[in-house]
This record gives sequence, structure tokens and C-alpha cells, in this order.
Amino acid sequence: MSVLKAERISKFFGHFPALRNLSFSFEPGSCVALLGRNGAGKTTLLEMMAGLSRPTEGTLTIGGRVSLLGHGIGVYDELSARENLNFFASLHPRGGDVDAWLEKVRLKEVAEAPLREYSRGMRQRLALARTFMGEPDLLLLDEPFTSLDDKAVALLQWLLAEALGRGATIVLSTHQIPEAMQLATHILFLEKGKLAYNGPRPEEMLGDSKWIYRTYGVAN
Amino acid sequence: MLRQAWLVCVKDVRMEFRGKEALNAALAFALVVLILFSFAFDPTSEQIREITGGLLWILFAFSGVLLVNRSFAREQSNDCLDILIASRVPASALLLGKAMANLVFILTVEAVCLPVFSLLYNINLFLLPQWLLLVCLLTSWAISLLGTVFAAMTVNLRLRELMLPVIVYPMIIPALAGAMQLTNVVALGKPPEGDDLIWVRLLVGFDIIFTALALGLMDTILVD
Repeated sequence: MSVLKAERISKFFGHFPALRNLSFSFEPGSCVALLGRNGAGKTTLLEMMAGLSRPTEGTLTIGGRVSLLGHGIGVYDELSARENLNFFASLHPRGGDVDAWLEKVRLKEVAEAPLREYSRGMRQRLALARTFMGEPDLLLLDEPFTSLDDKAVALLQWLLAEALGRGATIVLSTHQIPEAMQLATHILFLEKGKLAYNGPRPEEMLGDSKWIYRTYGVAN
Repeated sequence: MLRQAWLVCVKDVRMEFRGKEALNAALAFALVVLILFSFAFDPTSEQIREITGGLLWILFAFSGVLLVNRSFAREQSNDCLDILIASRVPASALLLGKAMANLVFILTVEAVCLPVFSLLYNINLFLLPQWLLLVCLLTSWAISLLGTVFAAMTVNLRLRELMLPVIVYPMIIPALAGAMQLTNVVALGKPPEGDDLIWVRLLVGFDIIFTALALGLMDTILVD
């Protein structure tokens, strides 16, 4: 059964078509790299998957619990790490073990301190804990590798592999293709709001991150 | 849904009481206005008794909008609202939780201002505390609820501090009118009876109708 299914979805902003007639579906355990140039519609599509906006046409079906890591870290500066994770965990029946996650992202010693005292790296690790805690069925990640420090990149890749191992579906929109290709099982490649490629990750992408742009891009 | 609303309420109350940004601003504004008006009117005058309800509820409406303005703006700094919507927290739970938190903040301002008003204007507002509490609860819920709904609608506007009062005040006129009338009656030490009870019914009806409407429409307001 698909955890994510789009049937002929389009999104218009006024008369401008941001996305046109997209159809795709993904099974649990898929890791989808959402690729495309700036303005191709990646963030618009990700926002629709997150439920932040609705398709103008077509239907988008999402099954299970969704977790989003967007451009903002999605945690409250006025609360401590423990208060933040407690809040997000208690919103759902299987919210996750807060102590275990604080340990996992190495924030247990500073768990009671307010977030404004945290370094950038600590805040990023807390955001990762908030995103992956409680075993969500669908993970939506918008440029997750951008501005992460080395430790956070390693932690993110480990968390992604662990989530895939338990059968979660991951959609990650990124320009940092080499990092994404290590995990991606599928690629959705958007060009000017249209689906230019939808299928398994081509082997060529492992060694040549621009291959899909050359092969399926508008220039061709 | 109620459990999630309660969690949102507790989180908002904790955050506001930790920083006290909006609460301090609203309290300072309310107290300054009370003090300024106390210089403008003679404390022994019968005129004050007649304007008690009007003065207090205009004051609470103004300071209430200062408080609700922060409601959804609080979620914006790190895109927390997107995270809550994406994780499928019902929009109605978000609204209810935030409206309950705003009710706590508005009641806090009232709890400070009512004794100060009694002191400065020489009017004992606490002759019928149960009626005063009822009027405060019903009217504060109306301000809080409609303020929260419109705060959600205006959260992405650059001029939201200006837009929110412009939209909210006309909408809460019926509730404010009822509260002003009832407060004047309660200030005289008379329990509302006869025609005055119409205002109680109006406040109850206003709260029920707008609560139902807001809960039903919140999903549409927050998404897109």
C-alpha cells in the first residue's frame, strides 16, 4: 500500500502554474530524492505533501504520521530541549522516548537549558531529534544537509538509514546530490513544474550528480 | 483534540510567562490608561459610574488585541507552525489551545486592572464577584477567540499589528456592548435581572456561535 500517492495534481498561484499534472506513488521504505533547479516547484510540492497547502487540481493521499524538517528548525527558543521534545512527543500517541532521543543527539547534559543558550550545531541536533522522534511513517526534508556541521551531517545520514531500515518513507528535496544519492532509491525530477523523471535512482547518478539534469533537463 | 488543545495552551502559557513580552506590554498599557483617565475624571462623580463598563471593556479589548497578536507570531520564528500543521495536529486543537492561553493572559490583565480601577475611581466592582467573574469570562473568551482566529489569518501580513485591531474590533462590538451594560449594572451592586439578562444571553450566544464557527473554519484558515 502506498504511503504517498499523487494523482494528476496541479498547483496554480493565480494564473501561474507552479506544478502541472503530477502523478506518482511510493511504497513504504522508499527514499525519494526530489530534484530540480531553483523555481522548479520542489518546495511547493513538499509543502503540499506536508499539508501546508492543497493542490488546485488532483488528489494527494498521504498515509500515516508525517514529520517535516523545513528551512526553520521547528523548535521553540523560549523552551528547553526537554520541554520542546516533551511537547512534540505528547502531541501524538506514539510520540517517542524523550530521554532516549536526548541521549541519541548528545543533548542530555544540557537538556534543561533554554535554547537561546545553544550553539547552532546543538540546535540542529535538537531539530533532528524532533523530526525523527516517534518513528514517523513519512519524513519530509527540505534541503536537510544545508548549513549542517559535519557531526550533524553524519547524524542525519545515520538517522535516515535507520528510518529506511524500519520502513519509513523519506522525501528529501536537495541541491546536495552526492549526499542524497547515498540513500535515494527513487528520484522525482521536476522541470518548470512538470515531472521530467519519476523512477528508480539511475546508477549514473552515483558518479555524476548532474547526469539527470543533462539527460532529462529542458535543454535536451 | 482536547488533549492536544490543552498541550498547546500549556506550552503557550509557559512561553509567555517565561518571556512576559506581550503580557508586560498589555499590563503597562492598561495601567497607564487607567491612571491617565483617573486624572481626567472626578473620582466622586456619578459620571464615572456610568462610564465604568465602557472604560474597562475598551481597555480590555485594546490590551487583549496586544496579547493575541503574539499568538501565531510566536510560532513563526523557527517555522514551528508548519511543523505542527505537517504533523497533523488538528487546526481546531491549535485554535482552541491558543484561544485558551489568550484567555489566561486577558484574565491576568483583568485581575490586575479591576482592583486598580476600584482603588483609583472609588468604585467597588466586587460587590457581586460571581457576576463580575461571569461577565469577565464570557467577554474575555469572545475577545480571545475572535482575536486568535484573526491572528491566524493575519500572521503572514507585514502590517499584522495594524490589521488585527482593524478586523477584530468591529467583530466584537456585540460582546463588548453586552459586557459594558452588565459591568455597569454589577458596579451598582445589583444582580442583572429583567432586561439586563438579555445581555447575558447575548454573550453566551455570541461565544457559542463563534466558537462553533471558528472550530469549523480553522482548517481552511491555516492551510493555504
